[in-house]
Formats: sequence, structure tokens, C-alpha cells
Amino acid sequence: MMGYLLAPLTIALIAGVMAALIALVDMVANNYGDVDVDINEGKKTMNVKGGSSLLLTLSSEGLYLPSACGGRGSCGACKCKVNSDIGPHLPTETPYLTPEEMQDNVRLACQVKVKAPIGIEIPEDLFNVKQFDAKVLSIKDVTYDIKEVLFDLGDETVEFEAGKYVQLVIPPYDKIKGTTQRAYSMSSRPSDKNHIEVLVRLVPGGIATTYVHEQLKEGDQMALVGPFGDFRRTDSNSVMICVAGGSGMAPFKSMLYDMAEKGDTSRELWYFFGARSTRDMFYLDEMRELEQKLPNFHFVPALSEPEDGDGWDGPTGLITEVLDSYLKKDILSEGKTLEGYLCGSPGMIDACNRVMTDNGISLDNIYYDKFA
Amino acid sequence: MAPEIHPFVILFASVFTGNILLTNFLGMCSFISISKDMKSANGLGLAVTVVLTITSAANWVVLEYVLIPYNLVVYRYIVFIVVIAATVQMLEMIIDRVSPALYMSLGIFLPLITVNCAILGVALFMQIREYNFWQTIAFGFGSGLGWWLAIMALAAIQKKVSRAPVPSGLQGPGITLITIGFMALAFVGFSGMLNVQ
Repeated sequence: MMGYLLAPLTIALIAGVMAALIALVDMVANNYGDVDVDINEGKKTMNVKGGSSLLLTLSSEGLYLPSACGGRGSCGACKCKVNSDIGPHLPTETPYLTPEEMQDNVRLACQVKVKAPIGIEIPEDLFNVKQFDAKVLSIKDVTYDIKEVLFDLGDETVEFEAGKYVQLVIPPYDKIKGTTQRAYSMSSRPSDKNHIEVLVRLVPGGIATTYVHEQLKEGDQMALVGPFGDFRRTDSNSVMICVAGGSGMAPFKSMLYDMAEKGDTSRELWYFFGARSTRDMFYLDEMRELEQKLPNFHFVPALSEPEDGDGWDGPTGLITEVLDSYLKKDILSEGKTLEGYLCGSPGMIDACNRVMTDNGISLDNIYYDKFA
Repeated sequence: MAPEIHPFVILFASVFTGNILLTNFLGMCSFISISKDMKSANGLGLAVTVVLTITSAANWVVLEYVLIPYNLVVYRYIVFIVVIAATVQMLEMIIDRVSPALYMSLGIFLPLITVNCAILGVALFMQIREYNFWQTIAFGFGSGLGWWLAIMALAAIQKKVSRAPVPSGLQGPGITLITIGFMALAFVGFSGMLNVQ
């Protein structure tokens, strides 16, 4: 009898001894004591326990850097400038940094370990970033593959400028282990501080989109982190040329309602929205209504593959072609300066960048968040 | 059979005549994928040498004082792997603490070589050949040096090959495998000098 038990017991014992040794080494070697973190040269200082990554250390103190992969070093979003000498860049950081960023000692916060007093610089807005324990108030189908999800923030309030995004914290489900964070532009109006609305388009195989489409129900709790991003209306009076497709509608919906509420009616704004066929088109009534309120706003929806008998009488063709012909025919004229605002797939953004630069809009005046 | 061989002979043999990579073809995956430039090849070679020396010693202790007395040698695979994985974990934390500079050059390679089959291979050979403690240390350290030497040589050759007109069908792993074949032939040439099994 003992003979049968001896083998598993011994192996378990060896594994146990090894685990204990690791824990011991972790306690001794990984103990860096309390460490001071200085943010933006004295704007905020925190005294934290050293030994874990900068990203985790900051979030445990309620300061959230953007991060889509949850600290695995695969998204490159958690960039942060470090002013102290913490050694050269790790091979896990270099693929995400430009030579200029390397020069400035910009680091990936998830790869940098806090071992000694450290000084960092982050954009001021990030002090405003919070984690919200939100409740799903409603989920609506705006097309067959895009859902409009409205979150209630409870007692919390959110301060943001139209165009910014939040990250949805997707809990583990089915075969997905560990939490995942994905960025979504907010489509709600900034004046509504108790709610956040996002548009989620189903991407086959997508971790977050599948979760939202198949698992999330009204009344569920979900954590949101935000607001992030620097996609916003500039303060100039240039003509805004906005281009979007699919769930790229979100930031423009927010911006347009914001402009309507603030009475910002003088600025000329063209909004090109591309869809494949009528079943991909949404918010037409809302946009027409906004055109009534904003006299200088022109909404141009276009279908790339209209089907017979769907009653479409608007422009057709790829959104880039429609954009190009409108720019040449209706928009461009002497004395006007133009700015581009894009939201959509990386492919669409690249194509629109080309059309816009061909028509004389400088790349510096084209704004977008490229969500892969 | 082993006791009469001097550890220094084993060290020499495992670097040249019985090179773990080029005569036993162990540790091939990282050998092929990380041999594009000399700098990472150097880092990986150093990491393999350090880990091999330490894990072979640790495994010898476990084998001699746990597995053999309790007649559990048949479980050596699973036990050796547990010991290797745990040792690498600890090593990573200790190096990070003691020498950040060394951690910089070894850091990302350490977890990678936990699954390097040369590491397990050395532990298994050590058991089959019934080495004593000092012979095991010499064998582990020598095999590491041999692996390091081989990957540095391959990286140097790859540098030359990268400027050669390789036929398109053979580019990448194809020409690398052929190169490794030639290198192995050269190392086999040493085996007449000294053949330690």
C-alpha cells in the first residue's frame, strides 16, 4: 500500500519544497522595502511597496495608465516618461518605442519594476482617470452586429471631452483566462456625467466584442477605466472633415451632441460615414436631427455595396472615393483650412490619410486614435 | 564506468567532442531562432551555461538523495523538469536583485530556456552515465560552454550567410539547418580525439 503512495507523495514533496524555496527567494530577493514614486515633479508623490511593475504599483494607488493587454507587454499603450536612471531599455520594450521615445527615456510601465525611488512624468489628464464600477443599464442593437451599451456609473461621475475613450475590463469567461482590457470611444455626451455609452461591433473571435455581444446582460456589473486619449476637437475654427465607419461613429456622436448642446453652431463640419449596405447603416435619424440644430454640419452617409431594392438614394462607393469627390467639388475653396478627424479600422485610416494629404490637408492636422 | 574519468576530461569532451548541440541535437529550437545576431546569441549562451551548471548540480542532489534511495528513478523526467523550472524562477529573481546589469542581458532568456531540451538532456545523461557530483558539475558547465560556443559560431556564420546569394527556397531555416549540418561534421572530427560516453 505504501509503495503506491510513495511516488506521488515524493513528487508532491519535491514540488512543495521547490515552491517554498521560490516563495522564500521571492520574499528575500524581491523585497525592496518602501519606495517613493514622484509624479510630474512633485505634483503627486506616493510611498509604495517596491518589487512590482510600475503599472501595477500606480494602479494600486488609484492612478491608471492606459493598458489594453493588462500588463503582458503586448499592446505598448502604457508608455510613460521616466526621469530617474532605471537602467537601459529591456528587449521587451524596444519593439513599441520610437527612437525619439527611447532618447527621452519613455518606458513601458508594465515592464519596468519599481526597485528604487523613481520619478516619472505622465500627461496631466491621467490624474482624472478613474476605475468605475458601472452597471449595464441597457444594451440596444443598432445594427445586426453593433450594440449600443449604456452604463450607469452610480454615485461616481465622469469628466471628459468628447472624443475620449474608456477601457472595458473584460472578466475571464469560457476559455479566456485572465482579465482583458479593450478601448472603446465614448459615444455619450460629456454633459451626462452619470453615464457612459459605447458602441461595440462584433469582431469574430474578438475577446471583448464576443463577451459584450454574447455574455453581457442588462443589470450586470462591469469595470470601466478612463477617460483616455487625445482625440478631441481642436480649438481652432478650421473646417472639420470627419470620416468613420461602423462603430467609429461613437466619438463623432459624442462630439456632435456636445456641439449642439454648447451652441457651437458656427463651425463647418462634414461627416462622412461609410457602410456596406443599408443593414450596416445606423443613427440616420439622429444625424438628420443634428443637421437641423447645427446649420454648418453636413452628414454624408455612403454605401459601398448597395443592394437592389433597398431604397438608397444617397452617395455610393468606397468612403474614400466619396470623400475625395466631396473634397474637390463642395468643400475645398480659397481661404479655408481643413482638419481631418478619423475613427475606424487601421486600413480605413491609412486610406483616408492618403486622400486627405492628396487634397492638401497636412498630416499634422489629421487626428485619429488607431485601435487595432 | 564513469568514476575513473577525470572531471576535467568530461569538461573538455562536452565542449568539443561531445557537444550537446552538435552531436546530440539538443536545444535546437532556441539555437536556430536566436542565432541571428551575435549579441543575443551571446546572452542566450551565457544564460544556458549558468542554468545548465546550476540545474545539473541541483538535479544530481535530488537524484542521489531522493530518487535513488526511494527507488523512484523512473519519475526522473517529471522531477527534473520541476527542479529546472523552479531553479530558473529563483535564479531570475536573484540575478535581478544582485546584478541588474546581468539581468539586463539574461533577463528575457531565462524563462525561455526553462523549456530548452539541452537542460533536461544534460540531467538525463548525467543519470544514465552515473556521474558523481564533480563530474556532473563539469558536464553541466562544459555542455553549457559547448552550447555557447556553437551558437556564437552559428551567429557569426549567419552574419556572412546573410550577405550571400542564397536561393529563395533555402532562405531562413533551410540554409541555417544546412549550416548546422556542416558545423556538426566539423565537431564530429574532434570525436576521434576523445570519446567520453
